[in-house]
Amino acid sequence: MAEARFQIWRGSGASGELVPYRTEVSPGMVVLDAVHQIQAESASDLAVRWNCKAGKCGSCSAEINGKPRLMCMTRLADLPLEQPITLEPMRTFPVLKDLVTDVSWNYQVKKGIRGFAPRPADAEDGTWRIDPVDVERVQEFRKCIECYLCQDVCHVLRDHHLHDAFIGPRFLLYSAALEMHPLDTADRVAELKKEQGVGYCNITKCCTQVCPEGIAITDNAIIPLKERVADRFYDPVKAFWRMLRRSS
Amino acid sequence: MPPEYRTERYDVLVVGAGGAGLRAAIEASAQGAKVGVVSKSLLGKAHTVMAEGGVAAALANVDERDSWRVHFADTMRGGQYLNHPRMAELHAREAPDRVRELEAWGALFDRTPDGRILQRNFGGHKYPRLAHVGDRTGLEMIRTLQDHGIHRGIAFHMETTLLSLLTAGGRVVGAFGYERERGRFLCLEAKAVVMATGGIGRAFEITSNSWEYTGDGLALAYRAGAELIDMEFVQFHPTGMVWPPSVRGILVTEGVRGEGGVLRNSAGRRFMFDDIPDNYRAQTADNEEEGWRYTQGDKNARRPPELLTRDHVARCIVREIKEGRGSPHGGVFLDISWIAQKLANAPEHIQKKLPSMYHQFKELAGIDITREPMEVGPTTHYMMGGIRVHPDTQMSTLPGLFAAGECAGGLHGANRLGGNSLSDLLVFGCRAGAHAAEFARGQAQEAADPATIAAIAARAEAPFERADGGSAEGPYAVQHSLQGRMQALVGIVRIGAEMEQALEELAALEARAAQVAVTGNREYNPGWHTALDLDSLLVVSRAITRSALLRRESRGAHFRLDFPDKDPALGKLNTVIYQDGDGQMQVRQDATPELSAELAAILKEMG
Repeated sequence: MAEARFQIWRGSGASGELVPYRTEVSPGMVVLDAVHQIQAESASDLAVRWNCKAGKCGSCSAEINGKPRLMCMTRLADLPLEQPITLEPMRTFPVLKDLVTDVSWNYQVKKGIRGFAPRPADAEDGTWRIDPVDVERVQEFRKCIECYLCQDVCHVLRDHHLHDAFIGPRFLLYSAALEMHPLDTADRVAELKKEQGVGYCNITKCCTQVCPEGIAITDNAIIPLKERVADRFYDPVKAFWRMLRRSS
Repeated sequence: MPPEYRTERYDVLVVGAGGAGLRAAIEASAQGAKVGVVSKSLLGKAHTVMAEGGVAAALANVDERDSWRVHFADTMRGGQYLNHPRMAELHAREAPDRVRELEAWGALFDRTPDGRILQRNFGGHKYPRLAHVGDRTGLEMIRTLQDHGIHRGIAFHMETTLLSLLTAGGRVVGAFGYERERGRFLCLEAKAVVMATGGIGRAFEITSNSWEYTGDGLALAYRAGAELIDMEFVQFHPTGMVWPPSVRGILVTEGVRGEGGVLRNSAGRRFMFDDIPDNYRAQTADNEEEGWRYTQGDKNARRPPELLTRDHVARCIVREIKEGRGSPHGGVFLDISWIAQKLANAPEHIQKKLPSMYHQFKELAGIDITREPMEVGPTTHYMMGGIRVHPDTQMSTLPGLFAAGECAGGLHGANRLGGNSLSDLLVFGCRAGAHAAEFARGQAQEAADPATIAAIAARAEAPFERADGGSAEGPYAVQHSLQGRMQALVGIVRIGAEMEQALEELAALEARAAQVAVTGNREYNPGWHTALDLDSLLVVSRAITRSALLRRESRGAHFRLDFPDKDPALGKLNTVIYQDGDGQMQVRQDATPELSAELAAILKEMG
């Protein structure tokens, strides 16, 4: 059996370093298996977050050879094993320990987004009739597993640290899922422009590239939101009309 | 020195943030209770997220012949009549409202052409009954509950694990545990506690469950004095991945078979046609063509034998493998690609109906399920038994302690039907939350006993102190031994002598677990967490083995090679596990609950 070499970031807070490990490779092995094997063999306190091991829960996000990925969905066979594999925690969030980051900011951001507010039920049985096409349009957004890899890669958060002014691709996607929900009646456009900072996104599409669910975050969610904001706040005809209405 | 810890006070403490825990928390909060939720992982990562096929509810949107009565009868037949009939009744009656309520909270299920919630076929359900979202129904449900819950003022303690329940005056008054992040202790005082900790899959080697599912809720409840029921009934899901080794046990949804997927052995034979149990013969197709028509919605067709109950399908697969007709990696073949013979756009159809299965096999096994068969075999999936609860209130035999979802027993009897777990957690999560809030209203807050807490904390810290010698065993080795022995001796096919041996080996493992050492410190230390989880795994493993030994028959998920037939007398008895005054585990058999006249009439007509 072949052996794989790893450089795994160990430490807590800001202080830490890459520590070398070796472990045997078995067929089909993914990076998370290797981390577990290293835990059992030589580093029982190596911290890693994981759950489903099937790409469905979005817990095991990390940077593998510098790329934001899910450890459970990255096969060793697809990595160049002649070099050590580098494993580091997501850089956009504070490190708790080793590969585990403090992602609590994301939970705070979500709480600040206006919740789902359905229109009254309109079918005679007290429910709704929803056209399958309208459901399909938003189902793409609802595939999100909240791995936060899109947040990790977004330069507005990663390099410019604008966590207070910009909610990041995950929550623009979440807002889009609510805004385009066939039953929702709430209006989030003003917050998107102001507190949530949709304007900071300059459409580099890095988020779309790392999304393990293959969601077209930029094209299908963020750009339509930007259009709604532009339509509301920057359309000169509409602005003129609003001015007229206010003055009368 | 007394341990350092922080104290939080709640009316209702919910343990677990999967579907059942979230639904309970939402309901308790809606009743005005101050609610705290503890979860071992981050919010939204619990195993509910893995549920693929759908949520069973007799909405009758696709087949108007469906009703709560048929759902009730299907559930009882699937559970071999060991289910608590009142729970099965409440479950079938209330599931449709709980599903519609999710829609009002933002869930978007797949639709019928006229815009109602679409329902699909599943094993053991007479009519298409599972509301679903492709094959990611669980994600849709947990996200809906999570997003609804965060606006309700519920306090979430994420990545927090409990070490013990706290009791006083014969009732539960809170719990004590630790936060993973810094390893700090946390005391949670509460007037009522709802257990919603899910399953026990980590007691076995091959499982669809993640690291969390060590049976904490069952073990905590048992040690605090609550009874467990039906612990011999562990569901081995027939289709887990078998290759490559690193993905062994990961679930392959029953939805594959619901959409027309067939099981074949190495000779290419659809072996499920060879063994159809008598009580399902009248409603099972006897030819391939009829089975296919059923999966495509023909109301006059009977279901293909691949959609028989999970216990039966799993045993048939084991038989094929044991008799040398398995696939190259020790499974059998599950083929959905064959439907290209029936449908012009089969590859697109499969990708649309089963997107996450397509993705999972493509990424993890390098297999394109639209073109080639999968290899599958049984995987430990679900605990039918659990904390014994009152059917209406979900209160356990210990006052103030409630339980809902997988960690509660009673609804599923000897075997759970697919889709009935998501409806279970909605119906009984809601009930547990409501009744816990009501119970809490009548109670005063009791302070926790400092001496008890000091003892719990000292026990938790002990593995660090044992590390000094350097020769002590680590927790992973003990965990692996336990999983291997349970898989080999108390797995899908059981024999009395092997289970007696398992009890002896469990005693040895208990002794090893009491001596494990861990290195490092208390900050996010998986070695320490694994050491602490061993306690729960050992209690649960012993409870399963003791119950399985006592049931000298084969029924549902419990198959005894030394007693291969059903014993009608045992069909009227539930197995109960409890701790006696000396702290020893005891087991007894109680008569199954009486059927009401209405339910008896339904079973007479359709059972």
